[in-house]
Amino acid sequence: MMICPYSETEVNQGRRQKAITAPTTPVTENRQFGSKMTDSKYFTTTKKGEIFELKAELNSDKKEKKKEAVKKVIASMTVGKDVSALFPDVVNCMQTDNLELKKLVYLYLMNYAKSQPDMAIMAVNTFVKDCEDPNPLIRALAVRTMGCIRVDKITEYLCEPLRKCLKDEDPYVRKTAAVCVAKLHDINAQLVEDQGFLDTLKDLISDSNPMVVANAVAALSEIAESHPNSNLLDLNPQTINKLLTALNECTEWGQIFILDCLANYTPRDDRESQSICERVTPRLSHANSAVVLSAVKVLMKFMEMLPKDLDYYGTLLKKLAPPLVTLLSAEPELQYVALRNINLIVQRRPEILKHEMKVFFVKYNDPIYVKLEKLDIMIRLASQANIAQVLAELKEYATEVDVDFVRKAVRAIGRCAIKVEQSAERCVSTLLDLIQTKVNYVVQEAIVVIKDIFRKYPNKYESVIATLCENLDSLDEPEARAAMIWIVGEYAERIDNADELLESFLEGFHDESTQVQLQLLTAIVKLFLKKPTETQELVQQVLSLATQDSDNPDLRDRGYIYWRLLSTDPVAAKEVVLAEKPLISEETDLIEPTLLEELICHIGTLASVYHKPPSAFVEGSRGVQHKRLPGSAGSGESVESPDTGSAAGVSEAPPAVIPSQGDLLGDLLNLDLTPPTTTGPPPPPASSGMQMGAMDLLGGGLDSLLGGDLGGGPAMGTGFGAPPAAMPASFNVPVSGGLDDLFDLAGGVGMPMGAFNPPKTVWLPAMKAKGLEISGTFVRRAGVIQMEMTLTNKAMSVMTDFAIQFNRNSFGLAPAGPLQVLTPLSPNQSIEAALPLSTVGPVMKMEPLNNLQVAVKNNIDVFYFSCQYPISMLFAEDGKMERQVFLATWKDIPNDNESQFQIKDCHLNSDAASNKLQGSNIFTIAKRTVEGQDMLYQSMKLTNGIWVLAELRVQAGNPNYTISLKCRAPEVSQCVFQNYEMVLKN
Amino acid sequence: MLYICYCIVQKYRGERRDETVKNKLSSPPAKMIHSLFLINASGDIFLEKHWKSVVSRSVCDYFFEAQERATEPENVPPVIPTPHHYLISVLRHRIYFVAVIQSEVPPLFVIEFLHRVVDTFQDYFGVCTEAAIKDNVVVVYELLEEMLDNGFPLATESNILKELIKPPTILRTMVNTITGSTNVGEQLPTGQLSVVPWRRTGVKYTNNEAYFDVVEEIDAIIDKSGSTITAEIQGVIDACVKLTGMPDLTLSFMNPRLLDDVSFHPCVRFKRWEAERILSFIPPDGNFRLLSYHVSSQNLVAIPVYIKHNITFREGSSQGRFDLTLGPKQTMGKAVEAVLVSSQLPRGVLNANLNPSQGTYTFDPVTKMLSWDVGKINPQKLPSLKGTMSLQAGASKPDENPTINIQLKIQQMAISGLKVNRLDMYGEKYKPFKGIKYMTKAGKFQVRT
Repeated sequence: MMICPYSETEVNQGRRQKAITAPTTPVTENRQFGSKMTDSKYFTTTKKGEIFELKAELNSDKKEKKKEAVKKVIASMTVGKDVSALFPDVVNCMQTDNLELKKLVYLYLMNYAKSQPDMAIMAVNTFVKDCEDPNPLIRALAVRTMGCIRVDKITEYLCEPLRKCLKDEDPYVRKTAAVCVAKLHDINAQLVEDQGFLDTLKDLISDSNPMVVANAVAALSEIAESHPNSNLLDLNPQTINKLLTALNECTEWGQIFILDCLANYTPRDDRESQSICERVTPRLSHANSAVVLSAVKVLMKFMEMLPKDLDYYGTLLKKLAPPLVTLLSAEPELQYVALRNINLIVQRRPEILKHEMKVFFVKYNDPIYVKLEKLDIMIRLASQANIAQVLAELKEYATEVDVDFVRKAVRAIGRCAIKVEQSAERCVSTLLDLIQTKVNYVVQEAIVVIKDIFRKYPNKYESVIATLCENLDSLDEPEARAAMIWIVGEYAERIDNADELLESFLEGFHDESTQVQLQLLTAIVKLFLKKPTETQELVQQVLSLATQDSDNPDLRDRGYIYWRLLSTDPVAAKEVVLAEKPLISEETDLIEPTLLEELICHIGTLASVYHKPPSAFVEGSRGVQHKRLPGSAGSGESVESPDTGSAAGVSEAPPAVIPSQGDLLGDLLNLDLTPPTTTGPPPPPASSGMQMGAMDLLGGGLDSLLGGDLGGGPAMGTGFGAPPAAMPASFNVPVSGGLDDLFDLAGGVGMPMGAFNPPKTVWLPAMKAKGLEISGTFVRRAGVIQMEMTLTNKAMSVMTDFAIQFNRNSFGLAPAGPLQVLTPLSPNQSIEAALPLSTVGPVMKMEPLNNLQVAVKNNIDVFYFSCQYPISMLFAEDGKMERQVFLATWKDIPNDNESQFQIKDCHLNSDAASNKLQGSNIFTIAKRTVEGQDMLYQSMKLTNGIWVLAELRVQAGNPNYTISLKCRAPEVSQCVFQNYEMVLKN
Repeated sequence: MLYICYCIVQKYRGERRDETVKNKLSSPPAKMIHSLFLINASGDIFLEKHWKSVVSRSVCDYFFEAQERATEPENVPPVIPTPHHYLISVLRHRIYFVAVIQSEVPPLFVIEFLHRVVDTFQDYFGVCTEAAIKDNVVVVYELLEEMLDNGFPLATESNILKELIKPPTILRTMVNTITGSTNVGEQLPTGQLSVVPWRRTGVKYTNNEAYFDVVEEIDAIIDKSGSTITAEIQGVIDACVKLTGMPDLTLSFMNPRLLDDVSFHPCVRFKRWEAERILSFIPPDGNFRLLSYHVSSQNLVAIPVYIKHNITFREGSSQGRFDLTLGPKQTMGKAVEAVLVSSQLPRGVLNANLNPSQGTYTFDPVTKMLSWDVGKINPQKLPSLKGTMSLQAGASKPDENPTINIQLKIQQMAISGLKVNRLDMYGEKYKPFKGIKYMTKAGKFQVRT
């Protein structure tokens, strides 16, 4: 009974053939009839005189012919042909009472008006007239089309008709006009505000027709997005009530707009929260999956406010599962988006889907992007209760065809082992089974995950090592080789022929990737420390390979460190190298809690698909507000983690020296020394270890900071040279003293601390410039770049009429004013001139990037010289990235863009370095200490908006820093590195 | 300043095209769906539609790159980021519908809309193929314009669209040609703003009839040993209602408790369902999906067929054995029809030499797809497919296990046991003809070997 009534297409095929074979003959009335059946004839005219022919037809007297011609024009447009030349002829057809023809002309106008603005004016009259038409369909069509024409002159005429249409008696016209306000705002925001359209739009939220309400909400949301701070959508309980009423009656798309708007509201208390939830819940049964997901977003957010002991809370949790499961039976594209969002929901509230494991089982003909997502969620849901099922599935997947999927499945088994302790044994035996299949990539993947299992459960599964060793030869991927070597080194004492195994790897040492080389070095050192007698030769061999024959800095560094350690104090070496390792965490790829909270507020958006904060990737999302989940009103646990607190502190701190030091201190205490606590502020420093850290940080940092700023070399030496251990007794003295000094200095000089400005150098020698010598430097003061010059007259005559000009340069530096040399410059006289610079000049890429070509004119001649400015001049004061943005950006920038440099002979500790760099607007975002290395994560922003991210590795006692720079424009890295070197060494 | 951004950005992205420059400079961020491109299986863009400023079709290069990387057409990721846009695509009827968006838009919103576009085309032209779209390009264009305004969906209900733009039929095109009339409606669609936007007023039929089809699909994964790993039912009730006036229908079930996870057509009164478990609604005119539901608790899902399989390869032999037997399981006495078995054999298989006890089989040596059209299962004489597979000489034993996919139909039965109790009509005087039909199909029904 569901027979579809359209079966003429088959019939059409034959006709179409005819149309295609007879395109060149002039179309006569008779023939036209035959080819008229389909539009495909419009595609067939491709001969030269097409435009002329169309022109003639457009100007024909016959209505029918006109319409046919416009259709042909539209068809050409759809396939991307340029038919803009016909503009006047098409516009002439606009005045007609035939609605179809009118629509077609409107379609054309929207496409080409922009390229023919003067011609488009011709259409205005008809538009204005149509806006008064008795037929609401035409009124709406006219105002809709007018709004789509992005031509300034037309928008001027749009205001009056739009105002009328916004108050039209027909709701169809009103709802169309509401959208039109958003269009107009996109073209000319000022105009919309001046004309008061925004207020009219706000009034429409109270309209009697739900469709008008929905469109007004959509338009306001769109406008609000470009005005992040305006209070356009003033959500109060009354408007919320109106929206909730409209929600029940408007179309599915309107429901999405309203739900997304509701999600921005913060209820006053848990009662209001519950009543909104109750009214939103029916949307979960909607057939449109976008409505469902938007409803889920609202519920997930407002649920935070409900006390957990409330009955309704449990009911709501139960109601959320079925719609989410249903989304997975939809088309694969919908499934994918749903799965990405479920991944977030599962991390925030695992209880919702904990019984639904089976729906995530993979079907063999799922698209690969669905398979991988399902796998991820399966692991997140894995628990002791369902682990047997999950493992059986994973084992099944490991025999599939798709290599990527198989690898991920094998890895998943390892993750299960780490997550569910009780299952570890079964996971290991599953992995062993898989290794027995001898499928190359399965074996390699299995070995990589077994390494992690060994880390998590040391001394438990060593019996399998023998099996692993059998597969040594088949490993050809660096990660697998490195994992295997790690295992051999770690358990060297239990493997009889460990030395032979490692020796076999050593033969092709230089052909291995760095990862394997480093691992091999460490493993052999471990072996040596465990069995020193037999392996002396081996260790010497690897150390010389690493330090003498390799040009990899990491490898050399590590080689030297081991060498030094082994030769000076083998006992210490043992303590260092064989130190007990911290256990690896249960789940490695959990999303950071703050980010997760933000993403939960953005369920259903692109951000939720990419698992990145919206600010990190959507271009043009100006001033995105960070959304937060509301705090629980009842007895629930605190949402904020301590980490969040400190991150927020960092972002609020002004870029001054002292608060940021406080932050560093906070970070240090919080992240490195205290175990994460769930409530309250970080405890005050109590243990001596912490005091040491704090003391060192402040003492060293301040010393070197002051030293650096005063330009004194020796002060710097003491700053670093004073070993921390010598200072605890005088803990308080240097700190307070340092702080006092700092205040004094800051007060006295009145400029950012530590900003390093290079000394003046001679740019233009007198020899080359008929006696004029210019030396100069660049400084940045309070955000203003200045070029400071000393002009010296070494000639015999007076110099006057100085002027300066810059060539186009990489960052658009240009003089912000004229060169102020007021008095004539007498012979042998010098004058200081400071020239403020702007960065909005014309741009041309220079080589090197920071090169600046300058022309100076005086009464004698014009002289040219070039100089290089330190790139830190361009580091903006707001270059401090938010921590999560930093993380996301760092991951987002491809590894190809990373460059690594070494800074040699720098005797600062990491905190001193950090302070120093901050003076040059290089901001430290986080600090981490790994294996005695301080890693500083830093960001800076160039005046043209390019961000540069840096990771500075400082190892105590090693004067060589390693710096990795990541930037979307890798060209700047070299310059930035040079700048680091300069700032740190001066 | 901009320039340096560009030269750096461009360099970083390699040979990136003029599209980036053009858009960055000219158009402000636009909301919602910006443009739509239709791309056929061979990678030609055969239609483009822009709701805002024109986006160069070179933006599709990113899509083509992703397409090249994907091993199968359906593996192209649905959301692809490009430097200035996001491409969200759906693949239906071997055509990619690629939407271009420029800022944060809910991707599900876009995907749902694209599917709606496809449904509308199918509704209008009977099929949704490149040829059909090209044949009706002007109607397509009019439709797209009517469905979206400034990126906001405008009219997506088939009822309303058909009042605005009449679907093409041979008769109408001929009449239009002769009389010069149009296929664009002159009147404001009545449903557009009423409380029942899905139904137009003034519907008239001489035969008043209402048909309901309960169609259930079983999605299941059966493991090697024949035990069920997962099984669930995706059910829908599709309706074809041709009733005069404004009828108000109620539909009740014998066992409504089965329906605990339901998605309704907007016409269904949710409150009434919550309170009484009765479907009460004013139906749209014509064909529509009244509701879809999901039965996931496994004890309610009966597995209608079993399959005995023995697909083995021996090490060192270039022959493999293939042996399949099908039989009915829980069918409540109903016949299992239109059975089609297919399986992707391992890559190493060169050919298959098999002998079906009934029906016909084909093996495609290129795609390694084996499909066996079984037809009806006779419980007295179970269908089987037996024989050998030849492997590449000297190749090692394949390590993947083929999965068997089964399609089938069972008439007059909803496998979940769902039954309609009664259908009543209020609001109109006449007596309609009512019909209800049940059918069970296999959805993604997979047997692992």
